[in-house]
Amino acid sequence: MEHALSLFISSIFSDNMIFAYFLGMCSYLAVSKNVKTSVGLGIAVTAVLLITLPVNYYLYTGILQKGALSWLGEGFADLDLSYLSLILFIAVIAAIVQLVEMIVEKFSPSLYASLGIFLPLIAVNCAIMGGSLFMQQRVGLEATDPKALTGIVDVIAYALGSGIGWAFAIVGLAAIREKMEYSDVPAPLKGLGITFITVGLMAMAFLCFSGLKI
Amino acid sequence: MKEELKNALLGPLSKNNPVAVQVLGICSALAVTVQLKPAIVMGLSVTIIVAMANVVISLLRNTVPNNVRIIVQLVVVAALVTIVSEILKAFLYDLSVQLSVYIGLIITNCILMGRLEAFAMGNKPGASLLDGIGNGIGYAWILIVVAFFRELLGAGTLFGYRIIPESFYEMGYVNNGMMMMPAMALIIVACIIWVHRSINKDLQEK
Repeated sequence: MEHALSLFISSIFSDNMIFAYFLGMCSYLAVSKNVKTSVGLGIAVTAVLLITLPVNYYLYTGILQKGALSWLGEGFADLDLSYLSLILFIAVIAAIVQLVEMIVEKFSPSLYASLGIFLPLIAVNCAIMGGSLFMQQRVGLEATDPKALTGIVDVIAYALGSGIGWAFAIVGLAAIREKMEYSDVPAPLKGLGITFITVGLMAMAFLCFSGLKI
Repeated sequence: MKEELKNALLGPLSKNNPVAVQVLGICSALAVTVQLKPAIVMGLSVTIIVAMANVVISLLRNTVPNNVRIIVQLVVVAALVTIVSEILKAFLYDLSVQLSVYIGLIITNCILMGRLEAFAMGNKPGASLLDGIGNGIGYAWILIVVAFFRELLGAGTLFGYRIIPESFYEMGYVNNGMMMMPAMALIIVACIIWVHRSINKDLQEK
């Protein structure tokens, strides 16, 4: 339990998806123009991460991992299907995003309208796929490693932390950009350029969390 | 027609650059640029995958129903990425460890989906191939420039060979450790955009 908590905290701050791994930058830069939409997107990304990571975890440990299919018989004991993980992970993610999209459309049409094209685009948000791939990498680590994911509780903590960290970053950037509307930025840096510099400075600020432990 | 093909190939190098202008594929552009070698391998892999995915999707464009096209694109791209990642594991194992998840993340690289949606779905295979190569190279050169500065200033080496002579260090020169941090990659890209837009004034935002 303690391990799960420490994973949760470190994935929000020191291993932040955006500032440490640059995952999900495309929608991060495109949607962060106002705070309201970015809160919506942050919640949607967190929700999708929370569903896809456990599903992919069971898929990986139950089917793809080396030796996972040994219960089928002797011949399967050495079978290593992990080269299929890219295709299966992306299929799971695409299917779940489709589901989330239908649910949001049914129950909250206003959120659906405000997220627009970005809801289906979560399927190709690198943060989601990256979460699954990092999960696959971390499951293979020794149990004593602080980054290891040893069970479903750890995976859920990691998913929740990563999602919240991502949401945190996008809401922060959106707030800064709203204020920056009134600043006098050199013409060639306007828009994209200054946004990059802002994100760079935010990333530097987040550096001070590195090594954070509970 | 000739003009169009030329635009498809050369446009993405500067005026329509995927990273600096279309804002596609930023994630991997920043993460793999600590050293030159992985940056070049990444640029090459993306170029090959974009070009091939563009051709395949462009061949399929009239047979795929519109509402399942995203899934079809994802499957095509995922298959290509799996092939490239297995090849890297077989022949360049150290580099594939260094690139870690970012090779797998080419699947969700926005350059892929962006070009497939915007170009390959509406153009012939030949033009799509050129568009793919153009965009791949446009992406690769940004990666290489960023990696050049990060490796030179951060470690004093290029391709792992020492460039800045020992005597400099004896005189008190110190490597800039900040360059190894993710934050500096963002700022170098911002500088590239700055220079690029000062030259191409028509790209400046309002």
